[in-house]
Order: sequence, then structure tokens, then C-alpha cells
Amino acid sequence: MARFGMVIDTKKCVGCMDCVVACKTENDVPDGHCRDWISQRLQGEMPDLRLTITSERCNHCDSPPCVTCCPTGASHVQDFGKVVLVDHGKCIGCKACLAACPYGARFIHPDGYADKCTFCMHRVERGLAPACVDVCPTRCMYFGDLDDPESEVSRLIATRRHFVLKPDAGTRPRIFYLE
Amino acid sequence: MIELLTTRHNPLVDPTLHVWEWQIPVYLFLGGWVAGSMVLTGYLQRQARAPGQSSVSDRLPWIGLVLISLGMGALFLDLEHKLYVWRMYLTLQPLSPMSWGGWILLLVYPVLALGALATLADGALDRWPRLGAFARQLQSHTATRWLSVANIVVGIALGIYTGILLSSLGARPLWASAVLGPLFLVSGLSAGAAFAHVIAPGHEEQEQLLRFDNLFLMTELGLIALFLIGLLTVGAVHAQAAQLLLGGPFTAVFWVLVVGLGILLPLAIQSLTLAGRIPHTVIAPLLVLSGGLALRFVIVFAGQYSEWISP
Ligand code: SF4
Ligand code: SF4
Repeated sequence: MARFGMVIDTKKCVGCMDCVVACKTENDVPDGHCRDWISQRLQGEMPDLRLTITSERCNHCDSPPCVTCCPTGASHVQDFGKVVLVDHGKCIGCKACLAACPYGARFIHPDGYADKCTFCMHRVERGLAPACVDVCPTRCMYFGDLDDPESEVSRLIATRRHFVLKPDAGTRPRIFYLE
Repeated sequence: MIELLTTRHNPLVDPTLHVWEWQIPVYLFLGGWVAGSMVLTGYLQRQARAPGQSSVSDRLPWIGLVLISLGMGALFLDLEHKLYVWRMYLTLQPLSPMSWGGWILLLVYPVLALGALATLADGALDRWPRLGAFARQLQSHTATRWLSVANIVVGIALGIYTGILLSSLGARPLWASAVLGPLFLVSGLSAGAAFAHVIAPGHEEQEQLLRFDNLFLMTELGLIALFLIGLLTVGAVHAQAAQLLLGGPFTAVFWVLVVGLGILLPLAIQSLTLAGRIPHTVIAPLLVLSGGLALRFVIVFAGQYSEWISP
């Protein structure tokens, strides 16, 4: 059974925001909201400064607190790809999952339900890559099965230095950033 | 040095999380108050009474019904997808305290309603003979015992759940404390006792409830200390969250409204009343209730503000 994840090469990402626009278009994300976004971290002391650009979204965590806190089961881990999804018809809009996510990856859709990145499951089920991965002009994003040691994502993680966001929050995120 | 810039500006989430407004603190406060009232009702129901002697435990179930309904109204107002609220009751999610809470709230109603029914006077019982017969059964010694146990068990579950609800949301370091459950329960007990001693019909009961309230207030102080010590010692992220109450933006309101005016001052006033130095007053209970409300506001708002700071 697949366990989907993403690898993003921060050495290649230029923060052009194409992934953000692609997601908004592909998923009809309402105005004033986003499912993915760009962050810039400036680290170090002058003159030793390092700028890291990251394309961020729901990490589809292996221990997702947004799922365990949900009172209705609307937030769930789908069997196919172990992707974290929200069943809109079950969501009561209690916002517990928004408070439980350390990454701020969720928001309330203007229609009232909790919304976030789905790893573009509607595309992946048809054999396509998520829209953000597909559209990236620098090809810095990789999507695939983390449980398959032969997959591109597994090989990149095995061979390149990488980090995840907020590892000490304990959610075991599945988006890996190459350094 | 780390400087973080992000293009995300989602409502309720950025720049800092603020998904819960006044409705949730009000709900947690009223829920805690009802929880405390239920535990006290259960306790007082076990005490021997002279025939015809009234007790505040006859009034508390009625008031509890009003308060819990107001609380649930506030909770409902907070939901963003209101028409789907029934979805809560098609499932029990074992890992979600919120799901447990939904079911506990469903248990609160029958326990309070049965308790209220058992207090109906003879005149009312004669008017509705069927209901009257049922209510008389509820007034029996055995039924009173069972009701008392139900009040205590459901009351404790309700009180603790209002705190665990927050502490289960691990992404907010300020809430990541097992002390929140007992703290909210004891604060609810204190609110329940404070209100009950104002409306208690007999002097003896009033004094007993005053003593209880003082005990609860002192316990609350101890739990607040444990809560802060726990956060300060568990790790850097939690210690930084504790700073919100120890020098950060929520410090003044926490120490002045919650600890000073909500616990220490009423504790002093009630101690003087018990010592016979000053007459019984509603000021102390009003302060206790306001302090309990302020505690929920501070913890809910500051908790949302706190976050995992590591990159
Ligand atoms: S990133 Fe947030 S929303 Fe996504 S799975 Fe992890 S905790 Fe849940
Ligand atoms: S907002 Fe919806 S998905 Fe999130 S915890 Fe509440 S019911 Fe579950």
C-alpha cells in the first residue's frame, strides 16, 4: 500500500509562486485563501546569511493530530496513499483541526467546512502528479511513494541531506526539503 | 537569527491562530460551572435532611439546565458548518475528547432533568398524575442515591473534559498540560460553590458551601502553580508559551483578573465572612464567577497565540 509524500529541493526553488497559482486554479481555492504558500527563512548573522525558500502545504503527517481531534471523523487518513483528507459532508466546522495543526495548513472554506491540500488526489488517482509538482518551472518538487525504496522520492531522501518542518511537534510530516 | 516571511494570509490562521472567539471560553466556563454544580448537588443529595427541610440541591438542577443550554447555544454559534452538527452523534471517535464531550453533554441533560423532576412540589405533582407518580419514585431513597452518583460522575466527566478538550490539541504548547483538566474542573467546582452559597436557603448549608469554595480556590491556586511549573520545565517551546502569562501579552489580565480578583480577593473576603468579621456578601461569589470566566478567556486566547517556534 502506497504512502505518498513529497520532496522539495530548496536549492532549486526560486519562490516564483507558480505552485500557489496552480493550486488555486486546479482546486478552485476561494479568494483570500490558499492551500499552499511560499515561506522564506533568513538565517544566520551578517555577513553569514542564508535564505531558504520553501513551498509549503499540509504535510500529510504520519501522526496527524488534526485527525485524532476531529469529533466527527470528517478528518481522516485515506487508505489510498495514506493521504489526510476532509470529508466536507461530515465536517461541522468546529475548527479543532485548525488549532491542532502545528503548520497552519488548514482553513475554513467560505462554505463552512475545513479545507486544505489534498495532494491533488483527483489527479493522482488518474496517474497525474499534483498540480503544484507538475507546474513548477524549476522542477524542484517530487511526488511519490515513500514506502517504495525504488521511488524517486525515497532515493532522494536516502541520498541527499534534508529536513522537515517543526520535527519536534511530533507529527512526522511527509514533506521533505532537500538542503 | 531567523526571520520568517510567508505569503500565506488565511483568515483565522494568520498572522496568529485565532479560530475561537468569545463563544468557546463562554461555553467552557458555563460547562465547568454546571459540572461543579452537579458534583455539589450529588454531594448534598447524600446528606441527611429533616423532613420538609429545603436544600440548594433542589434548585441547582433547574439552574444547571438553563446554564448548560446557554453554553451549548454558545458552542453552536461557534460552529462554521452548523447544519451538519448532527454528524457528531453518528459516531464516537475514541481519540477525540471533543467527540466524548458531545456525548457527555447528552448525558448531562437527563441527569439534570431527572434531578429537577425529583424536586417538584406536591401541588405540581398532583396536577400531572403520571409525571407525579414518576417524580415520587425519583424522590425515593434509592433513586436519590443513584441520582447523586450520576450527578457526581457526569459532573466530574464534564468538568475534566472541558480542560482535556484543549490539552489534546498538541500543536498549542500552552495547552499541552495534563493539569488543564483538573484545573478547569476545580475552577468549575469553585464557580458552582460560589453561586450555590448565594442561593442556599439555610445558613448551615451556606457556611458549608463557603468553606468548600475556599478549599476549591486554594486548590485552584495550587493547580495554576503546577500548570506553570510544568510548562516551564518541560522544554523550550512550552517555556516560551508560559511566558505569555509571565511577562507576555496576557500577563496583566491573568494575574489581575484571574488570580488577584478571581481567586485571592474572594478567598480573603470569604475567609473573613467565615470568621464572622464581615457579613455574607454577593461580591465574593461575583468575583469568583468573573475570575472563572476570565480564566477560560485567557487560556483559550493565549493558547491559540502560542505555537511551535522551531523552524
Ligand atoms: S500538516 Fe497539519 S493538517 Fe496536514 S496532516 Fe499534518 S497536522 Fe494535519
Ligand atoms: S472542523 Fe471539521 S474536519 Fe476539523 S475537527 Fe471539526 S469536524 Fe473535524
